[in-house]
Amino acid sequence: MRVGAYNADQVDSRDSAQRAQKPDIRLQHVSKRFRTESGIVPAVEDVTFELSDREFLCIVGPSGCGKTTILKAIAGLVPVSAGEITVFGRTVTGPYPDVGMVFQNPVLLKWRTILGNVLFPIDILRGGRKKAKGFAQELLELVGLSGFEGRYPHELSGGMQQRAAIARALVHDPRLLLMDEPFGALDQITREAMNMELMRIWMETGKTTILITHSIEEAVFLADRVIVMTPRPGRISGLVRVDLERPRAASVRLTPAFNELKGQVDQLVRGGMLESRRSEDVEDADSGGSS
Amino acid sequence: MTQLDENRSGRTTVVGGVRRSGSSVSRNERVREVVAVTVTVLIIVGVWELLTAVLGVAPVVLRSPQQIFGEFATDPMLYLTHAWTTCYEILIGFAIATVLGVALAVVVVSSRLLQITIYPILLVLQIVPKVAVAPLLIVFLGFGVLPKVVIGVLLAFFPILVNTAIGLRSADREIIDLVRVLNGSRLQEFVHVRFPNAMPFAFGGLKLGMTLAVIGAIIGEFVGANKGLGFILIQANTQVNTDQAYAALIILSAIGLVLYGAVAWLESLLLPWAREVKEQGIP
Repeated sequence: MRVGAYNADQVDSRDSAQRAQKPDIRLQHVSKRFRTESGIVPAVEDVTFELSDREFLCIVGPSGCGKTTILKAIAGLVPVSAGEITVFGRTVTGPYPDVGMVFQNPVLLKWRTILGNVLFPIDILRGGRKKAKGFAQELLELVGLSGFEGRYPHELSGGMQQRAAIARALVHDPRLLLMDEPFGALDQITREAMNMELMRIWMETGKTTILITHSIEEAVFLADRVIVMTPRPGRISGLVRVDLERPRAASVRLTPAFNELKGQVDQLVRGGMLESRRSEDVEDADSGGSS
Repeated sequence: MTQLDENRSGRTTVVGGVRRSGSSVSRNERVREVVAVTVTVLIIVGVWELLTAVLGVAPVVLRSPQQIFGEFATDPMLYLTHAWTTCYEILIGFAIATVLGVALAVVVVSSRLLQITIYPILLVLQIVPKVAVAPLLIVFLGFGVLPKVVIGVLLAFFPILVNTAIGLRSADREIIDLVRVLNGSRLQEFVHVRFPNAMPFAFGGLKLGMTLAVIGAIIGEFVGANKGLGFILIQANTQVNTDQAYAALIILSAIGLVLYGAVAWLESLLLPWAREVKEQGIP
């Protein structure tokens, strides 16, 4: 992705000073407990972080650390037990359509064509297909699926289906993109290709993005910041700022800086208390490190 | 020829990342299938004809296809009018069972309270042996079409209900989340996601329901009727008219097959996308 003429503007507007002024999303001491048959289980405990405009945040952690719960809470799908989530200046009390969601599986509608699937949010929002169709076509082109509008999902490979799912998440032009292990079901090669694609799409669309992943490499490659969570209950154990220059080429993975960052995240994932660059908005995380 | 080979060797062939669906069977293949089925039927009829001649089984027990057709040919109108009555009963029963089954599936799926209150009643209705209830229904509802339709409905609605309910429930959790994120209504959730998702399941229930509607109509006619192929069958039995019994039985089977085929045809027409899904293991 060295040909970066199209994203020069976005890159310029992404200076950190501006970011700090406009937090888009703010989680303050968010906890979530689930009531189960064996009692109350804390899924997420005291999670605090902020996300600024057009930032790409990755949340990394093992299974059961409450990553998905946090994502659902931000989307308003799950009420929090304590704390507050603010998105674009409003406290989240329920779902709101300014969100695009991508899941681990593409979950396309089998009975709709690819174009029909991309237009699904428009139908739910009663947005008028005619107006949206042109934009949907553009998005399909953006994700590299032009020419496949009339195909059915089963005719496409897993990676292509996930591309369609990304186009679907963007079709109603949401400000926030939430992705829950979007490439977890793909093989390594396809996954890396999709990472490049997502990077390009993100730079072209400039959405504020939260992506959940198991893959440290994926997180470091994509993110501006990586939040690491530890399980049972889900807590933030640390945060790593990724100051690799954008646009990032695939080869950035081979640089010492990249591996250094990977190592930092890895330490945090393993519950290490080694020094990591923590931002001011996760000071609480220190006490909530490894046990 | 390469086209054919591609279709046969695994229905998905990756061409530049795109799986080419092999669900559209080529014309040659279709012709071959039709020929194969026809030949099989002819062989069975031929062997049957031959065996009746060779084995010398008592005419009361076994009749040859030729004799059975002869019986039909002596008075085709008799068979056709009675066949029409039975068809009529089957179709009305099936239609009501479909509406009832699908509606109850929606009710059961959309409310937990209604599920735990209504479902046990439906289950009891399903468990009561319909053959045993049939005479009572004749007493209640008379000799006409109605009791046959009712028995057909009682038999057919349950698999339609159960299959449709499974289909409505099996929609992907994430898609439902997506509808909720977009502030979609419950109605939109059903119209855009749950209903289409349930269609292949519902058709499984409909195919089963159609065969049961046929059985329901016949049970009704057995117990008390003065019209219909079931009535003809009972009459033939009491008169030891084996030819007539066979003729009625064969027409009845043909009706069942055609009606089943009609539902299956409708399915392939309405749900072309479901063929591939089904091949992947979802009923």
